Amino acid sequence: MEEIIQLKNISFTYSEEDLRPALNDVSFSINKGEWIAIIGPNGSGKSTLAKTINGLIEANSGEVVLGGVPLSTETVWDVRRKVGMVFQNPDNQFVGSTVQDDVAFGLENIGIPREQMITRVENAVEAVNMTEFIDKEPARLSGGQKQRVAIAGIIALAPDIIILDEATTMLDPKGRNEVIETILRIKEERDLTVISITHDIDEAAKANRIFVMQEGQLKQIGTPEEIFAVGADIIEMGLDIPFPEKLKYQLQRQGISVPDEYLTEEGMVDWLWKLFSVM
Amino acid sequence: MLEKMLFGRYIQGTSFVHKMDPRAKLIGAFYFIIIIFLANNWITYLAMAIFTFLCVFLSDIPIKVFINGVKPLIWLISFTVILQILFTTGGESYFSWGIIHITSFGLLNGAFIFMRFVLIIFMSTLLTLTTMPLSLTDAIESLLNPLKKWKVPVHEIALMLSIALRFVPTLMDEATKIMNAQRARGVDFGEGNIIQQMKSVTPILVPLFVSSFNRADELANAMEARGYQGGEGRTKFRLLDWQGRDNLAMAAFLLLTVLLIFLRT
Repeated sequence: MEEIIQLKNISFTYSEEDLRPALNDVSFSINKGEWIAIIGPNGSGKSTLAKTINGLIEANSGEVVLGGVPLSTETVWDVRRKVGMVFQNPDNQFVGSTVQDDVAFGLENIGIPREQMITRVENAVEAVNMTEFIDKEPARLSGGQKQRVAIAGIIALAPDIIILDEATTMLDPKGRNEVIETILRIKEERDLTVISITHDIDEAAKANRIFVMQEGQLKQIGTPEEIFAVGADIIEMGLDIPFPEKLKYQLQRQGISVPDEYLTEEGMVDWLWKLFSVM
Repeated sequence: MLEKMLFGRYIQGTSFVHKMDPRAKLIGAFYFIIIIFLANNWITYLAMAIFTFLCVFLSDIPIKVFINGVKPLIWLISFTVILQILFTTGGESYFSWGIIHITSFGLLNGAFIFMRFVLIIFMSTLLTLTTMPLSLTDAIESLLNPLKKWKVPVHEIALMLSIALRFVPTLMDEATKIMNAQRARGVDFGEGNIIQQMKSVTPILVPLFVSSFNRADELANAMEARGYQGGEGRTKFRLLDWQGRDNLAMAAFLLLTVLLIFLRT
């Protein structure tokens, strides 16, 4: 497996008076093609971590290496071409006054000739299923649609990595599903690495690995199965657990013995089915 | 009240005026404001009015929209017109009391000034209604380009303008939301004496300022994350395309100027 992102002993404090660092000695590496979910309670340093990866924030100490290139003032613009970022508020990242202008914004910045730009914008808009909205202004789009435009703006630049900085937090359930499905599909089609910072535990459960942040430190790394198997502990961290785990917890309280390992929704259905056919 | 504001609003369409080059429209609108001062009698004002209504007709936008655009400014217009009527001397006098004179000159001047206001508002409304904010800033950037020689930051000015225009509707929505939220907590807007009314603006302005700065910060982050490094080395997605119709429009303006010079007294 090719390591695409490496963080080595990253520390960061916003201001000198701040006694508690936003990031405290964080190290990890991510392989190409992985879907990583970063979870953690509010103020645990998740967003700061995301901004560190694409150079919006410069770490006080430690090193960020992307695709073999260490992040520095000289390389930051090359690095940003490899890392696309979707932010939380869909309104505040829409630069252009129509969908196609916004998708083209990133391409304009890196000096792509206009003829190429037109096809790349069209392809990107098509990839997120927004073709019929290509001339619309942001005020006429729903939050989920705006986030899909933001994703189109990023895939037009053909990055290797997409960072979702709580990109679904401000969306309604429908918009959230649209965005997640779009990302999943594009990730498979283009072999992207996705880092998703999220409070939505069902979204995190779809990841290959989950990083748990707490008070600026990386507390735990594991597969969703490993992370959610701890159950009650994760609730104490101020996090939610996926629905099958909640159901398991309630069944246990009713005196029914449940398996210890984490079950996906399909796994839960199978297990329930078997349980009842035995009874 | 905010919904009635026409500023920065764009109505989609495929009419003659919509398809014009934004530079032509911008030059036209400014030029119109200059030549309206050439008009000084009934026939020239009539020519201007016919020209304006022709432009409005070519834009396929109902005249009602333009009349709504004039409404917020009606107080300013009436104030100026009334001052003209009351304090102009000369011509036949109808009524006189102290320094107040109502004369034929005054009435005529009042009518002309009313026409001038309305026509200028119509023309500038036409410009914003038929031109997307971004095309407008492209036009400004293109027209200001020669100023680069004198180190004027043309690209930065254009970007500032386009972001400002892009956020006008967003901030309007936000202002309405904040007003409603404060109303729900018991703030009365537009009631009490002038001091109280001014005080009641604070709970709108303070949150609006804070949220604007937050928006600016987030937008700057989003722009940088997408590789924005300033005007240098940037290509353009939108091309300005000067066509036959734009030459035609310019010719019409020229013709109008010649006509005005001949007809004015």
